[in-house]
Amino acid sequence: MEKVLLLTHTEQDGTLGSAALETLHAAQALHGELTIGIIGASTHSAADQVAAAGANRILTIEAEAFAQSRYATDAAAIEALCRASGAELILAPHTSRFARAVPGVAARLSGRVDTHATSVSIVDGVPEVSRWFYRQRMEGVLTRTQRPWFVLVEPGSYPAFSGAAGQSTIQRIQMPDIPTRTTVTGIRAPEADEQTIRPDAKLLFVAGAGWTKKQPDGAPHTQEAEQLILGMLRASKASLGGSKSLVDLSGEGQAVLKCMTHLNQVGQTGSTPRHQKGLATCCHGEEPHVVGWRFVTERRAVNLDPNCGWARGKADVLYVADAFAVMREVNRLLG
Amino acid sequence: MSKPFHIVVCASIVPDPLQTLEPVAGPAIKNELMLPAVLDPWASHALVEAANLAQKTPGSKVWLVALGPKAKLQQVMMTVAQKVPFELVVADGPSSGFTDSFETAEALARTIEALGGLDRANLLLFGGWESASRGSGTTLQIIGERLGITEQFLGVDRLTVLADGSLEILERIAGGKHQISMCSGPPAVLGWATGHLPVPANNPQVGMANMRLAMPALQRAKATPLRNEGLTFQSVTIPKQQRETKIVKDLSAEQIAQEIVAWVKE
Repeated sequence: MEKVLLLTHTEQDGTLGSAALETLHAAQALHGELTIGIIGASTHSAADQVAAAGANRILTIEAEAFAQSRYATDAAAIEALCRASGAELILAPHTSRFARAVPGVAARLSGRVDTHATSVSIVDGVPEVSRWFYRQRMEGVLTRTQRPWFVLVEPGSYPAFSGAAGQSTIQRIQMPDIPTRTTVTGIRAPEADEQTIRPDAKLLFVAGAGWTKKQPDGAPHTQEAEQLILGMLRASKASLGGSKSLVDLSGEGQAVLKCMTHLNQVGQTGSTPRHQKGLATCCHGEEPHVVGWRFVTERRAVNLDPNCGWARGKADVLYVADAFAVMREVNRLLG
Repeated sequence: MSKPFHIVVCASIVPDPLQTLEPVAGPAIKNELMLPAVLDPWASHALVEAANLAQKTPGSKVWLVALGPKAKLQQVMMTVAQKVPFELVVADGPSSGFTDSFETAEALARTIEALGGLDRANLLLFGGWESASRGSGTTLQIIGERLGITEQFLGVDRLTVLADGSLEILERIAGGKHQISMCSGPPAVLGWATGHLPVPANNPQVGMANMRLAMPALQRAKATPLRNEGLTFQSVTIPKQQRETKIVKDLSAEQIAQEIVAWVKE
């Protein structure tokens, strides 16, 4: 039986986020000797949140320095938790904070690290990790002999732990001052008029480069396209994705959608979001873009070309139609 | 005025994104050496950002340190070398997505430590925040640890050098936002996302200058085998996700909208 450590960090409000609770579910399923480690400015609420998780120990590191996501302080805290736990298998949510800090700690402890894991299991007494390679084009199942083995679990891969909150007994680890030359000064939202990326949304709405092309009257209608897209997002609370060809237009001096940045890009060189449904519009469904749809379960597309990529087994339904006309109606109905 | 930077960009090659990939025993990619390759996209952004920073900071220098099969690297360099000035340093080894990031990082760290004239106090270690092959986003941090650099940033979209030489860095975080950090200066590790610069046009003069150094570097490249010690792949498979696409051609925009709205509300 492996000694398992679940590493977590608190969110701004002092609680554990959904990715941490999902990773706790994954850690419980390993039936090992479980320790939970929590890092944050204040860890009490988070510890109480996992009181019913059946952990042998809850270790915490708390100080104002850990309110911020920063490599030097996070790596020192993670290292201390790992050493205190003596764990061989260390699971953590694949958040931007842990994606930055955990690999370096694995190197410090002469361990190994795997990220974007979609499954962790014990098979014949040996831990196995599933993850994707070549940008979600193929799935590998791997094992390692080195310990500690750090595994960052991709959000959305497990249901969240939902045990009742209670009063936890915690063991606090004291940390010395950690030298760092970095200060976190703030958070900046994208330079768009409104937030368009909503990781928790049920629907992904993807706009392709076709929205900026010439329409039947011979002129592009970029302003109307932007209004239709933003109208759809407001009415449906969807998250906005874009194809590379569309987000690249801004670098080529062409007519662009102001609401679309590289952060919205889905695919080979963009994100691989997890949404239950995805609706693609004016997008050809080329393979480098569609690999970013790997974890979108239900897929529909609107495109004028009946032979586009979506028609070749990449969408459940392809509507051969003018996206401008369809989305005007969709927005009216959702209105 | 900022001191000159010594910028090391770690980058390798990946199969062209438009190629169909098929895994074979090993694991490896079928006919990998026959497939057209490109410089890893996010690492490519890092190289452009490095060149831009070096151009704006007189006395700075850019090294492109690549671990990959040298014959394939040579082909890719024919294009990449025309973009921006750099000095190529090659370790002749695998660029497969199935190699272990720990061993890759060790090999790259050894190569960087051996760079002649590298000022480690003014080192900025650049690379892509993830590769398009392994996609683990772990190699740079491990190299950073090996080189003793504990100021590290991942998913960087913008680096601004302020008048006092400090660095303002924007990193991607969840929900389409950026975290803003101030770092007092180098040394630092920056794993780049897309950045904010367009890909430069080809410049044959830059290409000729780069290739004068690149060809000897390719010839000097040391064999760097990676053994994947302790790592076993139980399986590597392509997902069977071919869908039965229903193609709807004969509905009006109104009818399609009704179907979509009903589906969205399900």
